[in-house]
Amino acid sequence: MDQQSFLFQAIIFLSAAVLFVPIAKKLGLGSVLGYLLAGVIIGPFVFGLIGEEKEDIMHFAEYGVVLMLFLIGLELEPEMLWKLRKSIIGLGALQLLLTTLFITVLARIFGFGWEHSVVLGMILSLSSTAIVLQILAEKGLMKESSGQSAFAVLLFQDIAVIPLLAILPLFSTISNPEATGAAAESTNWMNGMAGWLRGLIVLGSIASIIVVGRLVIRPVLRIVAKTDMREIFTAVSLLIVIGIAALMIQVGLSPALGAFLAGVVLANSEYRHELESDIEPFKGLLLGLFFISVGASIDFHFIANQVWTVVAWVFALTIIKTLVLLLLGKVFKIEPKQNFIFAFSLSQVGEFAFVLLSFTLQQKILPDDTVNLMIAIVAISMAITPILMLLNERFILPRFGKEIAPPREADVIDEKNKVIIAGFGHFGSTVGRFLRANKVNATYLDIDSDRVEVLRRMGLNVFYGDASRADLLKAAGAKEARIIVIAIDDPAKRLEMVDTIKKHFPHLHMLVRSRNRYDAYDQMNAGLLHIYRETLDTSIRVGVDAMSILGYRNYTVHRLAKTFMKQDELNLKKLAAIRDREEYITEVKKYIEELESIMQGDTQYAGDSITGWNAKGLQDDLPH
Amino acid sequence: MNKILVLFAHPAYEQSKVHHVLMEAIKDLKGITIHDLYEQYPEFDIDVAKEKELLVQHDVIIWQHPLFWYSGPALLKQWQDLVLEHGWAYGKNGHALDGKKIFNVLSSGGEMDAYQENSFHGSTIQQFLLPFKRTAQLCRMVYLPPFWVSGTHQLKSEAIDPYAQQYKLLLTKIRDKQLTDEQMLAVPLLNDLVNNH
Repeated sequence: MDQQSFLFQAIIFLSAAVLFVPIAKKLGLGSVLGYLLAGVIIGPFVFGLIGEEKEDIMHFAEYGVVLMLFLIGLELEPEMLWKLRKSIIGLGALQLLLTTLFITVLARIFGFGWEHSVVLGMILSLSSTAIVLQILAEKGLMKESSGQSAFAVLLFQDIAVIPLLAILPLFSTISNPEATGAAAESTNWMNGMAGWLRGLIVLGSIASIIVVGRLVIRPVLRIVAKTDMREIFTAVSLLIVIGIAALMIQVGLSPALGAFLAGVVLANSEYRHELESDIEPFKGLLLGLFFISVGASIDFHFIANQVWTVVAWVFALTIIKTLVLLLLGKVFKIEPKQNFIFAFSLSQVGEFAFVLLSFTLQQKILPDDTVNLMIAIVAISMAITPILMLLNERFILPRFGKEIAPPREADVIDEKNKVIIAGFGHFGSTVGRFLRANKVNATYLDIDSDRVEVLRRMGLNVFYGDASRADLLKAAGAKEARIIVIAIDDPAKRLEMVDTIKKHFPHLHMLVRSRNRYDAYDQMNAGLLHIYRETLDTSIRVGVDAMSILGYRNYTVHRLAKTFMKQDELNLKKLAAIRDREEYITEVKKYIEELESIMQGDTQYAGDSITGWNAKGLQDDLPH
Repeated sequence: MNKILVLFAHPAYEQSKVHHVLMEAIKDLKGITIHDLYEQYPEFDIDVAKEKELLVQHDVIIWQHPLFWYSGPALLKQWQDLVLEHGWAYGKNGHALDGKKIFNVLSSGGEMDAYQENSFHGSTIQQFLLPFKRTAQLCRMVYLPPFWVSGTHQLKSEAIDPYAQQYKLLLTKIRDKQLTDEQMLAVPLLNDLVNNH
């Protein structure tokens, strides 16, 4: 490709993305659909702006998936992975097995022979890591049980690709001596080796990723970080991921899996966030490119010729996949709403099917026309996933009630403490720890079921439930308690809670967390007396330490901080009463001046304001 | 060699004329630990264990402070209240401080002459320091006479220097055991042992 046409290509891809992704997002369709649409539009069947090179581009863009798994690994500490082991092995294996089985039957119904049916069953049972994770992440579902389960299934599929590549050649019906025994792509140098040796090499490479990740990459990153050259750090980050991908391909493992593993190994390292922010844009661009090339690869002429076959296949495939996942989700006790998200998200055939299909073509396992048909089906099934997810959101999920349906009934609370702490995140838990350390027992309420579970396992009396509900508060002992600490994150929810408490438990002292000044105004206007701005004490402490490092006396700075804080709280009360904007600004200015003069007075306590430690006035009395 | 601990208490040290000069003179002396209480405990949260350890490690303790209302600043009182525990510093089983020497190094606005039984304040400085003396004695320490910088209201900056030099000399002599307890207990002020005029 000469430079001119390269630039032209780049312009087409970039402008398609720039044009369609924001539109899709604006319409609430998500970026994936936008990219796919862009691909269709610039593809050979609408404008024909890109042609044959799209397959190269797709291969290249698959590295987006590798980068994505590296990033996911980075965010997943080994501990978390261990927690997911049941879902990965149980849910993942069953999904693959059952889906393969049903798709095989489906293929038989469509008139394929046994061998071909089994091959298709295996290939089409995989889902798309790229599409699923991108959509789930965009919807903020990765931490929910739907996201976690989907991730577990995808991870298992990534592992399963290795044996699949080994098994597929066995189904070659067309005699082809070259193909038999070739486990993976022709680049694989291990083809001639004995099975045990290969296994050893595979294990060895996984071990080497872990060891190298622990012992080599971190020191290297440290050295590179010291050079203070951002682009070199980026280069090293990319080198790590691509290097691992290359190694994995060499030993016949999935590069995405290797990258994921490396990510997990580095998850605890101090460079985690730096790596994340460096790789992130590459991941995003490559994935976008990948989606575009999927869109562009949909062969509408081909589809038009056998439109009903394609429609029937896509329809049947999606139904089979979704039903199997729904069933498994139920068996694995995913709550209904999350289960629907989980099932629909994984209902497509994945990008790995493209790789496997071209592999079967090479190995002469499947005939040309079958492969062409399947590629069209796979592309379409990928393209409809975002639409299915949207339909699910609009029409199915609302049936389960407005909120993400409570995964469990609010716990029955059996203790009666003097203090209730609502919200056990970083804020509430610090309050709780302090009280606990001093043997003041409290009842804790939290809405995050995962967190509740973890804390309970640690032996804390944390209860699941929405603390703004009067019945739950009553169960938590609000009638007997004296204090409620409102430490939940959401300001609107806090005000809601305040209303509930005022109405039902007027005797409770409410100690309320507040995000900032404006939040505090709202709370003051709601009549609250004990308001704690989360940033006030901490930022003043930073100021105190800064002055201390500059050489001011600790005790002096400590006193200045106290004065400042008192004055600030006082002003807050006055300002909270002002509704008019102009008046507010004038008053703020006045208070700033006032505060400054007070602080000045305090700094000069040698001079005038603090005379107790100073004898200036006394000296003036003395005869000179 | 005696190890000396200076427990310094001044809530507005940056405004002090006298103590800066005194501190400057002794801060580099070997064998002397300066412990700035207000700097260390701005929130009055005294680390008792650490303070006890410091006391145990030293032979001579100095309370250095300005005279506020015939006593020391608040944190010094807090220090006494918390650190000198019963059963450790005093009482039947409290022998941690037995035999250590202790004295006040203080500054006062008023002139030396004003601290006489028949003058303005009506008592001597030694009489005003009685609570310090009894505290030390209850802890079985040897309470030495004070080193006193008086009349700071009208003290010119250049007049502080001689005090600082005397203070330095005093600490050096005590450190090097050039002064016996008898010598020190015999004078009304430790200033007298280093006063060269």
